[in-house]
Amino acid sequence: MQEINKEYQPLIVAFCCNWCSYAGADLAGSSRLSYPANVKIIRVPCSCRVNPMFILKAFQRGADGVIMCGCHPGDCHYTTGNYYARRRMTLLFDMLDYLGIEKERTRVEWVSAAEGVKFSNVMNEFAAKICELGENKRLEDLRCKE
Amino acid sequence: MQRIENLMKAKAIELLENGTVNRVLGWTAGDFYYDNTPAIFNSKEEIEKSFVYNSFCGANLSKYLVKERKNEGKILVFLKPCDTYSFNQLVKEHRVNKDNIYIVGIECQGHLSIEAIKAKGIDGVVGLEENGEEVTVKSIYGDKTVVRGEVMLEKCLSCKSKKHVAYDELIIVNEMPEADSMKRFSKVAELEAMTADERFAFWKSELSKCIRCNACRNVCPACTCTKCVFDNPESGVDAKANADKFEEKLFHIIRSFHVTGRCTDCGECSRVCPQNIPLHLINRKYIKDINEFYGEYQAGADTESKAPLTAFTTSDIEPGSNLKEGK
Ligand code: SF4
Ligand code: SF4
Ligand code: FES
Repeated sequence: MQEINKEYQPLIVAFCCNWCSYAGADLAGSSRLSYPANVKIIRVPCSCRVNPMFILKAFQRGADGVIMCGCHPGDCHYTTGNYYARRRMTLLFDMLDYLGIEKERTRVEWVSAAEGVKFSNVMNEFAAKICELGENKRLEDLRCKE
Repeated sequence: MQRIENLMKAKAIELLENGTVNRVLGWTAGDFYYDNTPAIFNSKEEIEKSFVYNSFCGANLSKYLVKERKNEGKILVFLKPCDTYSFNQLVKEHRVNKDNIYIVGIECQGHLSIEAIKAKGIDGVVGLEENGEEVTVKSIYGDKTVVRGEVMLEKCLSCKSKKHVAYDELIIVNEMPEADSMKRFSKVAELEAMTADERFAFWKSELSKCIRCNACRNVCPACTCTKCVFDNPESGVDAKANADKFEEKLFHIIRSFHVTGRCTDCGECSRVCPQNIPLHLINRKYIKDINEFYGEYQAGADTESKAPLTAFTTSDIEPGSNLKEGK
């Protein structure tokens, strides 16, 4: 069992769809629900905007965990964007796992604009998991570290 | 083989002379007997002088058609069964103009790997004599007979199909062995059964051999962008990392993901890799996943069907839900 380092602050990148999860994050904020400060949100117009390259890039630049949040399947504001995103992420996450990169470092969650509580829970849970795993050594890239 | 080569030459000359085509895409001899290279022939004389076809013609000619699209007139191309899948995929992606191409599908008994032959202690290869399952390799040090199945290219050992899926006519003299396309996934399944730590160790040892020559990208018939992310210095993955770590994995994830659902499993990437990295194990993982999650799909089997990443169903599985946690 790996010892949990209390000092360690992971870097977590969250890609959030403007129409749902980003608004969900807003709601979490205005409802005074907290989520870890090391979750850095990147707003995207739709989960479908998330090129698998973004995920890799985040890891390459030192993220320890990457989560993508979008509208619930069926609720995408562009009708079907999240269905495509879902397939892409399924295959990408599978590949990362196949290369031996911890499965827990990647995650997809569907969070609507009304789900402030879910947003905060998901982020707390995810951050705790990443803290447990520790630094992302398997996907780091020296070329991109300052 | 000699017989097929002669038939091919005769066909090429016939089509050139009757004006069906104005040039021919085939193979010509390289510096050694075993390094035949793709080449364009413009006349009967050129064909007679330097056209070759033997068991060292593993190169898939489809990709060369992309560049040829810019030239006038119809071109004749010789395609092995697996090459026709790449061709179809290129048609599907509008990278080649089918109307300007005349395909002669040729017989394939599986092509040979010079590395595998050298591993048998045979050097200085100057010729081949083929007799069904047996191959007599002629070298400057004498002849040696080996079993064909032991010296074939990996891509031919795990051939997915002996059926031409696109052609105008065929040159087939001898019967071709049946292909077992499911055999391709056994090593992938083996890796899947390992723990994450074991897989990481396996891939680290394989992928850190990569010298970033980009040959795998250049040869890939599915990789036809004119501007490539790997040539962009901004990408952070444009060149080999100046560190003896494991950065090259990013290149491999990006490269393979870019051809997901489009890779026909032609095996060219693994064939050309100077470091003998089993790149097919990466591509096949995607193919296996697609088959399992979204239904059987073979890229290049036709020119109409929807690619798995440009389609969806409302009940697709959730990302990561099939994976085991832990190391
Ligand atoms: S990735 Fe490799 S096997 Fe797939 S199409 Fe490209 S060269 Fe062929
Ligand atoms: S061909 Fe092999 S060595 Fe060259 S870039 Fe591809 S994997 Fe690396
Ligand atoms: S608009 Fe939110 S996922 Fe498409």
